[in-house]
Amino acid sequence: MKDRAVPLLSHAFLVVWALLTTLPLVWAVLSSFKSDNEILTDPWSLPSRLRWENWARAWGEAHIGRYFLNSAIVVTGALAVTMLFGAMAAYVLARYRFRGGRIVYFAFVGGMMFPVFLALVPLFFVVRDLGLLGTLPGLTLVYAAYSLPFTVFFLTAFFRTLPSSVAEAAMVDGCGHFRLFFRVMLPMARPGLISVGIFNFLFQWNQYVLPIVLMQGEDAERKWVLAQGLTALAVNEGYRGDFSGLFAGMTIAMLPVLAAYLIFHRQFQSGLAAGQLR
Amino acid sequence: MRGKRLFIAVFLIPPLLLYGIFVVSPYAQAFQISGTNWSGLSPTYEFVGLDNFHRLLGDGYFWNALRHNGLLLVLLPVVTILLGLFFASMISVGGRAGRAGVHGVRGAGFYRVVYFFPQVLSVAIIGVLWKEMYAPHTGMINGLLRAAGLDGLAVAWLGDPRFSFWCVLAVLVWMNVGFYVVLFGAAMQSVPRDLYEAALLDGAGRRTTLVRITVPLLWDTIQVAWVYLAIIAIDGFAIVQIITDGGPNSSSDVVGLRLYKTAFADGQFGYASAIGVAMFFLTLTVAVMFLRVTRRDRVEL
Repeated sequence: MKDRAVPLLSHAFLVVWALLTTLPLVWAVLSSFKSDNEILTDPWSLPSRLRWENWARAWGEAHIGRYFLNSAIVVTGALAVTMLFGAMAAYVLARYRFRGGRIVYFAFVGGMMFPVFLALVPLFFVVRDLGLLGTLPGLTLVYAAYSLPFTVFFLTAFFRTLPSSVAEAAMVDGCGHFRLFFRVMLPMARPGLISVGIFNFLFQWNQYVLPIVLMQGEDAERKWVLAQGLTALAVNEGYRGDFSGLFAGMTIAMLPVLAAYLIFHRQFQSGLAAGQLR
Repeated sequence: MRGKRLFIAVFLIPPLLLYGIFVVSPYAQAFQISGTNWSGLSPTYEFVGLDNFHRLLGDGYFWNALRHNGLLLVLLPVVTILLGLFFASMISVGGRAGRAGVHGVRGAGFYRVVYFFPQVLSVAIIGVLWKEMYAPHTGMINGLLRAAGLDGLAVAWLGDPRFSFWCVLAVLVWMNVGFYVVLFGAAMQSVPRDLYEAALLDGAGRRTTLVRITVPLLWDTIQVAWVYLAIIAIDGFAIVQIITDGGPNSSSDVVGLRLYKTAFADGQFGYASAIGVAMFFLTLTVAVMFLRVTRRDRVEL
């Protein structure tokens, strides 16, 4: 009997962890449809009907919609800058020999060693002195800059693996350096670009400390990103007792990425795994 | 050759400018500011040498926060890696009954997808979600305890200094395990199947297989995992700030939160930068120590 009990226990453990990862999310979604009264009387009860008005309240009055849009703008812009600049620098560092090349490479890659907290105070003043404090372009540039070390590191390694015969053939045919990069090498590097792109997307979408430091000051509230808006909502709803609005805001914030993950889970997982096995 | 030079310059200078302004210069300035008594209100400040670091040594709040980071540094990697290895080996090679060969348990694909959920949620969402989970009256945890008739256990989890730190640790484990299940799972795929099959034929159980085959072969991956979890443990800022804000009574404070409050609530930028420098050297020390301790012969296949 003993050798059957152990596997059973192991399986039970698997199921328990699956419940631990799914139930809180299901609970948040269900609570977003409940009334405050239902939430207060029994956390485990089901909503008596689907109250979409909670979602509308979170989207409009609590400005989750605006924060969502801000997040989308910043991450889209930052991702574009990161991928373009990262690919450009990595390509040159990987395929061209020139003086100082190794120093530049290590300057980029060395950035991965430093905790972001070390930079926090001076960064605040650098951004302020450029007049970019509390602005979306400022946050976009900062996100892109802090994504560069890993992007350059990953893509340099990737560009090195590409065969040089294609590049040589193109050069013989009179293809210039710029055309070679945009027409030949970039398309060949697509798998690497996708992996590092997913990694950067999650890195930038998940940022917390950078926005709360850089998006403060008066009027900055209109420019908040989702991470800030949601935590502020959590603090404020506590006072006002609008729990259902908070859950609705949370659900709106997590559903899009969760949905994207469920569709592309293989790419998500391999992209992230590749990212961390550096 | 002129064309090549121009090309290199055009491709390298914009990224270098962006990187220099927003990454390199702040890091360099941090060391400089840490030697001043700058409060941010006045444009003037004095160099005070190592005074900030002296003050740091006698700062009880700092040591309290550092102690919590130290605890996280020990507990978070150990718990997360053990859970990750266990789940990954169950999912990838844990299957036994019936079918021939080595395969995962039933529902392996489902587990692999579901365990990864916390990884795709942003840290702000996770923080807010768990703050609500732990809530004394409206929270899911106390709701479950009350439903089970355990009203005595339904305490104010985050309001009690005895529990607040452990609540934070639990969330950090919860949000990280899924990633290491995937990471270890991917590494196990590259282990030759016949090794597992041979172990199976020799009558090795799951635990023997895990300890004798999987762990030695995955040692490099486990090291990487340890480094990443150590980085998370030295940080810990977002979850702590959202869930407990370091309280109650600094019972869950961490160094990152100290730095943030010293800088942006108290305006002591010089002192805050000194905390940042301390954090940097802490990271460096941990990395070096780790490399010395774990150096071990690789298993060649």
